[in-house]
Amino acid sequence: MAGKPKLHYFNGRGRMECIRWLLAAAGVEFEEKFIEQPEDLDKLRNDGSLMFQQVPMVEIDGMKLVQTRAILNYIATKYNLYGKDMKERALIDMYSEGVEDLGEMIMHLPLCPPDQKDAKIAQIKERTTNRYFPAFEKVLKNHGQDYLVGNKLSKADIHLVELLYYVEELDPSLLANFPLLKQIQLYPPRQGRRVARSWAPVTAQTTLGTIFFGREQPADR
Amino acid sequence: MAGKPKLHYFDARGRMEAIRWLLAAAGVEFEEKLIESSEDLDKLRYVLSSFLLSKDGSLVFQQVPMVEIDGMKLVQTRAILNYIATKYDLYGKDMKERALIDMYTEGVADLGEMIMLLPLCPPDQKNTKLTLIQERATNRYLPAFENVLKSHRQDYLVGNKLSKADIHLVELLYYVEELDPSLLANFPLLKGLKTRVSNLPAVKKFLQPGSQRKLPGGEKSLERARKIFKF
Repeated sequence: MAGKPKLHYFNGRGRMECIRWLLAAAGVEFEEKFIEQPEDLDKLRNDGSLMFQQVPMVEIDGMKLVQTRAILNYIATKYNLYGKDMKERALIDMYSEGVEDLGEMIMHLPLCPPDQKDAKIAQIKERTTNRYFPAFEKVLKNHGQDYLVGNKLSKADIHLVELLYYVEELDPSLLANFPLLKQIQLYPPRQGRRVARSWAPVTAQTTLGTIFFGREQPADR
Repeated sequence: MAGKPKLHYFDARGRMEAIRWLLAAAGVEFEEKLIESSEDLDKLRYVLSSFLLSKDGSLVFQQVPMVEIDGMKLVQTRAILNYIATKYDLYGKDMKERALIDMYTEGVADLGEMIMLLPLCPPDQKNTKLTLIQERATNRYLPAFENVLKSHRQDYLVGNKLSKADIHLVELLYYVEELDPSLLANFPLLKGLKTRVSNLPAVKKFLQPGSQRKLPGGEKSLERARKIFKF
């Protein structure tokens, strides 16, 4: 079980960022091998390192894990960020999946055709304000504890806080009426992790487009 | 912890079917409260409080599937599936087995999602979408799972024991077969797994007519979904 986890992805947030957040919050140092050319991805595929020919892929504890949720769940279990029993795990999963639903909408926004973008942004704002943020604010209000589940930091808190940063990037006013969410954003301690990437989502998505799709419109991958 | 799990969804496969399969394979009896109109959905979403309709009902994110189980009202398909799998010992024996199970399950879900969303596809894009599904099944997903079985020659995907991964995969194989039976042609080990799992007594029962297994949707079902969920 030697060595640090090794993350294979391109130099952008995409589907790997939540894994970076989780490892960082767990205090786990990791390495990154960036995919910079289509040939890099081809090599991984031809080596048989990618079960479904896709990244993210994380080398950890002798495994080459793919599929974001599989990777996240393993890390969370290993570093005790997954609750104390199956009922807590159910809540953590439920909250994580809600975060993921909204996060996915935000992540895909740059890929949206220009004529649909405004409508998409409006939908994201509506869902944030009327569906997702109220749900999480209510959880915190109901038990009055510092963390979402079991009065202890879990992957659910980390995923949520990451999301809060993205929502804030999109439109800071969206957090206005959610005092408990604003408070949780101040937890957990940043643990000296690198400052939030200031990279432009559009640029990274262009890179993604070039690597994965040649220069065509991104299709279903 | 009284009573059977209670599933809230409309009368179709959709995102609930994987949960029905898993409970059935685990030999767990369950009840279903079918949502038949948008008013039914509203009832779940809203409660009348002080003459104000507040969104404080039974659905954390206003969505179904929702399953009442062990005193919880769980939403989000994966949360529900993971809980059931843990409870009924279908999630491997340790975290490394769980990682493999999750990895395989997510691959199944990726292909399954494409198939599930096909009826929603605009007519002019349908053929392209179908071709993509066939290509992905043949070149990406089915070979990946066939190779897993080939690599250890055991009866099940992980740890020589039935897990949620096998159940989700076998359910998917039925849908692939419905779409195009020829897709399974070159995958003997997958066909073997499908037969083996289908012959387990609880699964065999679920596969009989008259069980709670739902049939393919069709146009009428899609129309009904559009009315209920307003899309």
